[in-house]
Amino acid sequence: MDPHYQHLYDILAHSQGYIFPNEIELQWGILIVVYPFITGLVAGAFILASLERVFKVRILQPTYQIALLTALSFLLVATMPLISHLSQPQRAYEIMITPHSSSAMAIFGFVYLWYLMVVLLLEIWFDYRHSMVVWANEKKGIMKWVYRILTLGVSDISPRTVRWDRKMGYIITVVGIPSAFILHGYVGFIFGSIKANPWWSTPLMPIIFLFSAMVSGIALVMIVYMVITYFRKKVIDLDVLDSIGKYLFFVLILDFTLEGLDQIHRIYVAEESFEIIKLLVSGKLYLTLFIAQGLVGTIIPLITLVFLQFYKHKIRVRKTMYFIVSILVLIGVYSMRWNVVIGGQLFSKSFSGFTSFKVGLIGLDGTLMAAFWLILPIGILAFLLWLLPPWRMVKEEEEI
Amino acid sequence: MKFYVPPQIPRLALAFAIFITLFLVLRHFLVPDTFGKYGHYRAASLIDNAQPEIHYAGQQACFKCHQDIEDKKAQDVHSEIHCETCHGPGEKHVVSSKVEDILKPSGREFCGSCHIINAGKQKSAINQIDLNKHNVGKNCIECHNPHQPWEMKK
Repeated sequence: MDPHYQHLYDILAHSQGYIFPNEIELQWGILIVVYPFITGLVAGAFILASLERVFKVRILQPTYQIALLTALSFLLVATMPLISHLSQPQRAYEIMITPHSSSAMAIFGFVYLWYLMVVLLLEIWFDYRHSMVVWANEKKGIMKWVYRILTLGVSDISPRTVRWDRKMGYIITVVGIPSAFILHGYVGFIFGSIKANPWWSTPLMPIIFLFSAMVSGIALVMIVYMVITYFRKKVIDLDVLDSIGKYLFFVLILDFTLEGLDQIHRIYVAEESFEIIKLLVSGKLYLTLFIAQGLVGTIIPLITLVFLQFYKHKIRVRKTMYFIVSILVLIGVYSMRWNVVIGGQLFSKSFSGFTSFKVGLIGLDGTLMAAFWLILPIGILAFLLWLLPPWRMVKEEEEI
Repeated sequence: MKFYVPPQIPRLALAFAIFITLFLVLRHFLVPDTFGKYGHYRAASLIDNAQPEIHYAGQQACFKCHQDIEDKKAQDVHSEIHCETCHGPGEKHVVSSKVEDILKPSGREFCGSCHIINAGKQKSAINQIDLNKHNVGKNCIECHNPHQPWEMKK
C-alpha cells in the first residue's frame, strides 16, 4: 500500500464507532497541553506576587521576587511549545507582524507582548533598579557593565527617585492583576469559544482555566521557594509556607467548586452530546480525569491542606507535606490541561465514536520536546536568580 | 515648585521608543513581499500550496478509460462512492496505465472497514454485516460485485 496513506489505515484500526475522516488524527498534541500549563504557571505565580504587593500580605515577602522571576522565566518560554508544534519556526514571527483582528491567536500575541513588556519586565525593572545601581558600583569587569546596561544608564538612587520606583511598581502591579487574568483567561477563551466542541464550549472555560492557573502558579512558587532555600542552606520559613498553603487551599476549593459546577451543569442539562462525554470520561479519560486530576490533584491535596490548617504536626513533616501537596497539585493541573486539550479531540463530533491518541517520543511534536520546554524555564530561572538574587537586594526603609 | 520628573521614566520611555521603532523597521523588512496582494495572506503561499505532488486523480479521470464501470456503478448503491475510496490514490495509474500502480482490494476485512456491524452507524444509511456470521470463509466479492453490490454473481 502507498506509504503516504498507509498510516491512516493503521490509525483507523484504533478508532471506535463512527468518526468523521478529519477526526482520525489529533491535530493538537502534547505540546498544546504544555502550552496552557506553562501560561497558567505564569499567571498564577504573578497573582501570588501581587498578593504581597497590592494586598499587603507582608508574610509573603520572601516569595515576592521569586514569584516574579518564576513568572518571567516561564513566560519567556510560553510561546515556544506553540511554535515547535506548528513546525514552522522560520515563519512563526509572521503572526506578530501581520496580525488580524479576526484571529484569536494573533490577538493573543499582543496580550502576551503587553504582559511581558509592560507588566513583568517593567515591574521587575522598577523593583530591582535600586539594587542594580548598587551592584553596578560594587562589581568589577564585565558584570559591572551588565548591571549598568540593565539599569539603562540611570544611576540616580536618591530617596525621591527610589520612591518613584516603588510607586511605579505598585501601579504596574495593579495594572498587572487584570493583565494576568486576561492572559490566562484568553487561553481558556480559545478553547471555550470553539462552539462545535461540546467538551470545550462553555463560558466557564476562561474562569476554570484562570483558577487552575492560580492553583498551579501558587504550588510552583511554593516548590521553588523550598528548593531555593534548601540550596542556599537556609531555614525554610514555616510561616511563609503556612500562608502560601492557606492561599493554595482557598484557591483550590474555588477551582474544585467551579469545575464541579461545570460538570454538574453538564450532567443535569444532559444535552445530546452528554452520552458520548459520559463514555469519554468513564473510558479514555478515566485515569487522567478521575485519578490524576480528581483524586491525586484535588481531593488528596485538599484533605492534606485541611489537616495542615488544623493539626500542627512536626515542622519537618509539615514541610514535606507542603512539598508533596504542591507536586500533586501540579500533576493535577497538568492532567486538567490534558483532559481538556486531548479529551476534546478524542470523541467524534458525530457523537458516535472515538479516535485514539498515541504520544510520540521524538520530533517537534513529541514528548521529549514537551519535556524540554518544561525544563528550559527552570534553567532560565536559575540564571535569573544568579543574575538578580532577591536575597542580596538592597533593603529599603519601609514606607511610613 | 518645579514639576519633578524622576530620571528613570524618560529613559524608559526612550527604551520603549527604540523598541517600537526597531519593531516597525524590522516589520518593514520582514513582511513577505506578496503579503496583501489578494487578501490578508501571503499571495505566494498559493504557489507553495500548488507544489505538492498530486496523488489523487478524481473519478472523472478513471471514467475516461473505465466507462463500463461508470455505467455499472451508476445503477447501484455504490454510485456515490468515488473510485479512489477503495482503489486508493490513482494519479500514478492514470499516468502509467499499469495494473500494479493501482490497489485492487479484496478480502472480508476490507469490505468490513465500512460494512462491519457498528452501533455508531445508522442502519438505514449503510448495510452492516456481522463478519462472524455472514457466510464465514467466503470472500465478499465471490458473490457481490463491488461496483454493483446487489447484482449478485452466481
